[in-house]
Formats: sequence, C-alpha cells, structure tokens
Amino acid sequence: MKVLEKFFNKYEHLFLEGGKYEKYRPAYMAMYTFMFTPDETTKKGAHIRDAVDLKRVMFTVVLALIPATIFGMWNVGYQYFHQAGMAFSNMDAFVYGFWKVLPMIIVSYVVGLGIEFYFAVLRGHEVNEGYLVTGLLIPLIMPVTIPLWILAVSVAFAVVIGKEVFGGTGMNIVNPALTARAFAFFAYPTFMSGNEVWIPKPEHADAYSGETILGALGQGHHIAYTWKDMFFGTIPGSIGETSVLMILIGAALLLLTRVASWRIMVSGFLGAAIMAFIFNLWGANTLMQLPWWQHLLVGGLAFGVVFMATDPVTAAQTRKGKWIYGFLIGMFAILVRVFNPAYPEGVMLAILLMNVIAPTIDYYVVQANIKKRMKRLVKQTA
Amino acid sequence: MHKQVKISKGLDINLKGRPALKIAKIPRSNQYVVKPTEFYGINPRLSVKIGDHVDAGDPLFYHKYMDKIKFTSPVSGIVEDIVRGERRKILKIIIRADASDTFKSFKTDKPENLSKDQTLDLLLESGLFATIKQRPYDLIAHPDDQPKAIFISAYDSAPLGVDYTFALKNNMKAFENGLKALKKLTEGKVYLIINGETASNFDKLNEVEIIKAFGPHPVGNVSVSIEKFEPISKGDRIWTVNPADIAMIGSFFETGQYNPVRTIALAGSKVKEPMYYTVKAGADLTDFLKDKLVDDNVRIISGNVLTGANITQDKILNFYDNEITVIPLGKKSRFLGWMPFLAENRKSFYNFGFSKKLLDIDANMYGEERAFVMNEELESVMPLDIYPVHLLKAALVGDVEKMEQLGILEVAPEDFALLDYISSSKIDTQELIRKGLDIMQVEMG
Repeated sequence: MKVLEKFFNKYEHLFLEGGKYEKYRPAYMAMYTFMFTPDETTKKGAHIRDAVDLKRVMFTVVLALIPATIFGMWNVGYQYFHQAGMAFSNMDAFVYGFWKVLPMIIVSYVVGLGIEFYFAVLRGHEVNEGYLVTGLLIPLIMPVTIPLWILAVSVAFAVVIGKEVFGGTGMNIVNPALTARAFAFFAYPTFMSGNEVWIPKPEHADAYSGETILGALGQGHHIAYTWKDMFFGTIPGSIGETSVLMILIGAALLLLTRVASWRIMVSGFLGAAIMAFIFNLWGANTLMQLPWWQHLLVGGLAFGVVFMATDPVTAAQTRKGKWIYGFLIGMFAILVRVFNPAYPEGVMLAILLMNVIAPTIDYYVVQANIKKRMKRLVKQTA
Repeated sequence: MHKQVKISKGLDINLKGRPALKIAKIPRSNQYVVKPTEFYGINPRLSVKIGDHVDAGDPLFYHKYMDKIKFTSPVSGIVEDIVRGERRKILKIIIRADASDTFKSFKTDKPENLSKDQTLDLLLESGLFATIKQRPYDLIAHPDDQPKAIFISAYDSAPLGVDYTFALKNNMKAFENGLKALKKLTEGKVYLIINGETASNFDKLNEVEIIKAFGPHPVGNVSVSIEKFEPISKGDRIWTVNPADIAMIGSFFETGQYNPVRTIALAGSKVKEPMYYTVKAGADLTDFLKDKLVDDNVRIISGNVLTGANITQDKILNFYDNEITVIPLGKKSRFLGWMPFLAENRKSFYNFGFSKKLLDIDANMYGEERAFVMNEELESVMPLDIYPVHLLKAALVGDVEKMEQLGILEVAPEDFALLDYISSSKIDTQELIRKGLDIMQVEMG
C-alpha cells in the first residue's frame, strides 16, 4: 500500500494549485480518496469524529444490494433455461445471467461516473459518492433484455436531469435511479414492458411465456406461480426485484447499520398491505383478488420500498414526515398497480410522486413545530 | 420530590482515560496567559501596557462597548508581552508571575449582607462576572439584564466529563456561598442540574431547585433543562454558570481576593495517569505536561473532546475550562478507510454495545466534507424539540426569520457537538450554529 500511496503523492503536485492539471483535481481527489481516507485531522468543531463517511454509507447500500444482484443473475439464467426447456445446473444459470447482467452494470457505472467526473471537474467540486449506489440500482430495476444503448441514454438522462441540474448528490428532488427507469419506460416502452422483455428469448422455444405476475393478472389471466415462487424470486421480472428473500437480507443490513430508515420501510409495507386488503374486500378484478399479502411479494414493491423509498436525499426528512411518506408510497403503489394495468409497475410512479411531495410533507411537519414555538412566544409576552 | 429531566435521544461516547478520583497540585507556572479571544463577543480595550506590574485581580482589559465588564489578572506579576494578530487583534496577554501572589483586596462581605447592586459591582470589578453566560446567544451576560432564571449544570455528561461531585468536594462551603451570591442576581429561580443516577453531595442544597437528569449526553447541557422548565421566549434572558466558577465566586466573597484556582481533570488515552489537579486558570502547562503524556503524537484539548479548544501549541488552560483532554492525533491516511467494519468508532450494528465499550478515538476526520445526506442520524442525537437539519440549513444561508422560528434562540453550539461527531457528511455544525447566533445577535440587537 505504501507503493500506491507514494505513487499518488508523486503526482499530486500536478493537480495542486498552479499545477499542470489543476483543473482535474476533483478527479484526482476522487481516485485518491477512494484508495485512501486522507490523513486530515479535525480543525473546527468536535475533536473526534465517527468513522463513518458518505463513502462508507453508500458502500453499505451496495453491500445490501449484493444478495439481490447475485440472485438476479442466477434467476436470469434460470428463467432462460426453463423457457428453453433445457437441462441446466445452478452454476449454468448463474454464469449465463452473469454475462447478461455484467455488461449492464459496467455500462451504468462507466456512463454515470463519467458524467459525475465531468461535472465535478467543470464545477470544481468533489465527486460525490451517491452514484456508487445509483449505478448498481439502475441495472437491477431494468429488464435484462434492454439494449445497452438505451441503458446508457437513461443513465445519462438520470444523472444530468435527475441530479446534476439540481447541484448533485444531496440536492436532487427525485431518485436518480427511478428517473432512469421512468425515462426508459416512457421513451422506449416496447423495451420496458410486455411479455417478452423479462427473459432473454430462447431461439427454439415452443411455448414462450415470459410475462410477469402483475402483467398476467392485469390481463385477467390466472397465474401458475405459488407464494413460494414469489417470495424466493423464481419469477420473471426486473433483474433485482424478484426475490423478496434477498431484498429482506439487504434490508436487514440497512436497518442494522441504520443507513436506511425503518420508519419508511415499515410504513411503506403497511400502506401497501392496507390498500391491498381494502381491494381484497372489493374484489372487482383479478388484481384486486390477489391476496393482500401476495401483493407485498410481487412486482417491485419490496425492492422499491427497501432500496428506493429510503433514499435519504429524496425521502421526507422528518420522522413524522417519514411515516406519512412511506405509508403513501405503499398505498399509491397498490392503487396504481390495480387501477391502471397499463402501468403494472406502480411502485416506480408512487415513489417518484412522493419524492416530489416529500418537501411539502416536511413543510407541514416543521410548520407544526414552528407554530408551537410561536404560540409559546405569544402566550409569554401577553 | 426533585424535578427530573429524562431524554432518550443522544449518545454516550465512553473514551479511554477516565481520570482517577484523586487530586494533586500543579506547581506554580512561570507564566500565565489571558486570551481575550476566548471571551466570545468581547472587544478588548487594554488597561495595562508591557512592563506594568499587576496584582491578582487587577484589570488587564475591559469590554469596549460595556466598560463595566472587566477581565483581571489571575496572578500577580509583570505584563511581559501582548501578542497581537491580524489587524492588531489582541491574542494573548502574557504575565510573568511573581514567586508568590499579592492580591488586590476587594471589600467583600457575606452575600447575605449585600444588595443586588453591591454583588453585581463586586463581580464586575473582580472579573468574575465573565463567568456568567447568557442564553440566547451563548455570550457573556449583560449586567443590566434581569435574568428570568439561572441554570447551573453540575452534571458534565460529555465524554470524559468532569465529576463535579468529586472536584468540588473540598469546596462545598465556597460553592454554597457562591450560590447565595447568584441568588441575589435574579428574581427567578436558580436551578442546579445533577446526575440522577449517582449519589451527589449537591442534592441537599436548599438554596436551589435541583433537577435530576437521566439519559445519554447531552442531558447535562443546560439547554435540555431550560427547554423543559424555563423555555426562552423573545426578550428573555437566562444566565448560566459553571459550578466550579460558582465555587470561585463563593471564595471571592469569603476572602475578598480574586484567586481563580480550579480543580481540573487531566484525562484521555494519551495521559499516563489520568487524575484531578488543582491549578490556576491561564496557567502555562508546557513544563507540567512534559512527563505526563504517553508520547508527543497528540491533540491537547482545553475542555472536552466535543466542545474544547485545541491547545496543542500553547498548552494554556483556558479561562472557562475544568478539563484538559489528550487524545491521539491520528494524522495518518487509511487504505480503503471507507470499508465498513474497519474502524471501530462507529455507532452501528457491528459495534454492539457502543456506549459501554471503552474507545480510543483520535482526532482524524474519518472522511471528507459533503452535502447533507443522512438526516436521521443527526436527529437521533438532538434531544431538543428542534429540527436540526432545517435549522442548520437556515443558519447556512443566514435566514434570520427562519432561524428564529426553528428555535435558534434556545440552543448553544455545544448542543450540536454530537452532531459534529455523528455526521457522515462531516459538516461542522457547531460552527454553523455559532455563525447563526452571531447573525441573530446583530439583527435583534
């Protein structure tokens, strides 16, 4: 490690003020601080600091995504071989999926980080770590068959319009990963929905049926999957969203490290459960008849509530606000899902909507605190 | 039944180097230093020049805008140097101490026999008035104000906090005497916050309202009790005094001499033998500390690790502080330092029992400054009924109206010290609050 640090130190002068590549200092610093946490000591304020920084926070989320990612890769292969009617081992399935998903992850990181570095150099600020998470989230919420160029365009759109125009990580209004998905969904709908995008199409398949559970229910079809399939995730869907078990493992890590808000997760599932239960009582179509607890297992709900709704930047910022925000995401997700089968992915729209509304929720929560204070001032001066 | 204050939001950081309960005396230093910069918001005008001889208690300088507020010499000696910084700002007044002190004598009496004005005048003359701070703004109090109440916290809940029950055990008479003097200054109540968990020799005092405090740091901060028992409204003034200073005030009224001797804790993992010492404020501790530390790679702090001042260079005990903390400097880079599970001082799952484990935390930043991202963590260590992130953002842009609405008049920078510690964005929140308070003070007058 000494060698590496010497290497960095050797070229540092080029990036210092007056150096040849002064402009590119943010890029240099991003590389250096990725390898080494600097030796800087506290100057103002408290003399001791927690060993957590944003890099660690973001990396914890990446770790939490790993189970869902690995399972997603396996499931891509599993679904493919299953449809093709071929015999296969678990390793075959994983390897097949790995080579399908890896290029997507690479494209997402290369394009996204490229733009992040460009903006950092342009504005002379540090490269923010937020994209470490976004870069993995985006492939996981896409169908595996999406052309890489669409993925690249979506990533570019999300980073520039979803984040950088607002000033970068910490300032954005809506979740960048969902911005990418929404962009792809509305700009290239044929690649993002339907029956044939979720599983790579085998060349000689007799009866190919790759529709998702929600898609099938939306059409009024009956489904052949059991709740176990839904929970363990051996169903078609976006790469990372299918296995509730793997998502819950990630959720456990996020909650134990206190990186994500348990209030949002609990209220999100609660809102969805209550809404689905109400629809169960109504029962007007096949989607409404799906038992409420199975609503929690299918589609992107679990993934959205655990990994996207809890994004601390775009969620509500106050504790009370988080309860309301999470609850409404759950409710809206089921509402959109049931009432508009053209958009089986209600979670995406619900979260984007609530991202926009979150500041308003916070406004009223904070306003209540202000009113209480102002009332006291009046009472005391009177 | 005593009053109680209980909180659950907050954090106890248990550091290595807790001082043993024994007291020794620090030998008299050759030089004593008074730093006008320590008295926040004071514009110093000198009363002495280089070469003057002063007695202990003679004024060194006064506040330009309120010349009643005087700052006096802790020892008798010769003014050796006056160090100035940028724009001739006075940084240090250095006094070469005589072999033994001669005292200026003040005409004091038992506090019972003095009127409010006499008490105030004596405090102002002796320089002891500077020990009284006010809320809002966390500045030296204004002598013409009528404080609604006075709050004293004898519970230092900060990491390696001073045990005042022990530090003042030989000074209880002076402490009671000081309380009597303080009672003259307010028509309201005098509150004393003590640790509810442990026995204390304070809870038998009947001059004051005792508040028993339960919960993690910052439960000992006066703001927490003020919010509960005497919430601050516009125009209100609340005064706060440290218990060690009250003992100084008490002995001043007994003897008629200004003799700012304190019992301080010398604490921290880099101290060979952490314990208590008696010493005079302003003492230059360079010689004393020479053989007391484990090595030289340290950060020396006057005060505690959360709110203290860095005195690694000059090693001078600050006027207000009852503690010197010495921790490792930690000036080293860490390979892949952002990896989870690497460094220990993280309050999270792989560090179960965080608050019980003894930690050895150095002064490294453990990361770089970023925009606000994680809000929940900040809220989790803010026991006051305040939305810290919203208040900090208002302070960041200097929005006076918003800051007032969000409660800046109820806080002091020290209430945000834990936010400094816990923030993953490494934002210096205490500094933001200090700036916000300064803006408020200018705007509200």
